[in-house]
Amino acid sequence: MAFLYALPGAVAEGLIWGLMGIGVYISYKILDIADLTVDGSICTGACVCAVLLGKGVPVWISVLAALLAGALAGVVTGLLHTALGIPSILAGILTQLMLYSVNLCILGGKSLVAINPRANNLWVHMSDNPASILAMVIMVAVVIIGLWQFFYTEIGLTLKSTGDNPDMSRAQGVNVKLNKVVGLAIANGIVALAGAMLAQYKGSANINDGRGAIVIGLAAIFIGLSVSMKIKPNFVVSLIGVLGGGIIYYIVYNFVILMGLKTDYLKMLSAIIVAIFLSVPYLKSEYFTKQKSLQPDGTENGGGSHA
Amino acid sequence: MLKITNLQKTFNPGTVNAKTALNGLNLELQDGDFVTVIGGNGAGKSTLLNAIAGVWKPDYGTIAIDGVDVTHMPEHKRAKFLGRVFQDPMKGTSPDMEIAENLAIASKRGVKRRFVRGVKKADRETFKEMLASLDLGLENRLSTKVGLLSGGQRQAVTLLMATMNRPKLLLLDEHTAALDPKTAAKVLELTDQIVQKNKLTTLMITHNMRDAIAHGNRLIMMHEGNIIIDVSGEEKKNLTVEQLLGLFTQASGGGVVNDRMVLS
Repeated sequence: MAFLYALPGAVAEGLIWGLMGIGVYISYKILDIADLTVDGSICTGACVCAVLLGKGVPVWISVLAALLAGALAGVVTGLLHTALGIPSILAGILTQLMLYSVNLCILGGKSLVAINPRANNLWVHMSDNPASILAMVIMVAVVIIGLWQFFYTEIGLTLKSTGDNPDMSRAQGVNVKLNKVVGLAIANGIVALAGAMLAQYKGSANINDGRGAIVIGLAAIFIGLSVSMKIKPNFVVSLIGVLGGGIIYYIVYNFVILMGLKTDYLKMLSAIIVAIFLSVPYLKSEYFTKQKSLQPDGTENGGGSHA
Repeated sequence: MLKITNLQKTFNPGTVNAKTALNGLNLELQDGDFVTVIGGNGAGKSTLLNAIAGVWKPDYGTIAIDGVDVTHMPEHKRAKFLGRVFQDPMKGTSPDMEIAENLAIASKRGVKRRFVRGVKKADRETFKEMLASLDLGLENRLSTKVGLLSGGQRQAVTLLMATMNRPKLLLLDEHTAALDPKTAAKVLELTDQIVQKNKLTTLMITHNMRDAIAHGNRLIMMHEGNIIIDVSGEEKKNLTVEQLLGLFTQASGGGVVNDRMVLS
């Protein structure tokens, strides 16, 4: 009964983290970059939104500013990686560390800034889960449709090929470096957008918000794709899958709390879930590989045999 | 069409692994030339193609394509002049994208890409016709992910992608070496067809002397980062593998031809 009671909240928060998962999907799955900027940029989104709301700025401007701040963080990581030649994973870590200072600065040196839900006409808040869910569904639909339209344009296609095969992309005249910067900006913009929604939902921005966010994002991706790939492995279904993964993650999360697990152990749990999903493909290929067989159309598997 | 002057490139300079891959190479290609390039391992064949493609900058010398100095132009910018097919069939196509999407990206090589739909209905019809010309049954698989194709099919699609926006220069880097003999012959046949139909200026590396003689109107052999044999016209047409080996021994000062070059 208590679980059912907690369900709407879990769905609302799951939608927010699922939105962040969509951002992570763009860097991790499309650009093939494990972007650790995320842990910092989600917090930046929360901080920017909370502080602006506190100054009486309208919600939509605060949210937009959060999104742009996240995109800027993505640009920094992208430039560290492409213009300065720093490996992408380290570039992300460096930006994440920078963002800790930036976020503290935004919060005016405090570790927590509260949002007054009565003074602001918030889009989401934990006191009204049904309205929050509705607002999140609309927002997520806009984001998914926008990304769907974008990634099928002439420019969008080259973003996909940049992550999938950079050699081919360059040979076809694609500016791979620029695309990585743009892709990271989009990814972290969406992550910061999720951060802004999170701050509204919780009614505060905390300097420690977002620690381990990348792991939750990856968990949402793995849970979501394990289902959506079985239905139809296309772009929109994948994004909806990631969203669903975020919701499932938060339902399980709430369930585990209700079962009496100390919240101290939750990050351990998240990390273990992601470790399992990450290791499954390797374990499968290493220990459970069947002999290669001909593909249904009778062609050789892979090709590339030497004459 | 292509003018290379005194091109030099040393890898790992100043270390014990220093390797001079290109040693003051000069080469000029006329419009419509189909040049085959042979040479042993480490002769500098791939290095030459990569230098033209802009994978890295040469230490010295200049490269001009159709009168434009591209020596310092980044790889993605000079792609507008070039069509490239790699030795590795996995390298030329994007595996997780549909055949149509791959072709769509290639159809915009050298053209400003915009925020409009990447694969339009009309494009699909054009792509279908192009794929039908390959005669590999790919015309009805536009929505298939390229990663599901065989190595030979991928190489044929790459060839199409390299040539659909008529390049000023087509660079083929042993593009049949990783294929089985039958598929290799098919891809080579397609290459001939496409090159002739579009009158493309082509530079094709091969490790097969017979192929090098049978294709193109000019043959160059590389050794230690330079061109040591350059034959064209009637002389090339009448060339035999034995003569070529003789020429090589003569020109390289008793150099040893490696097995791979002779046997295949």
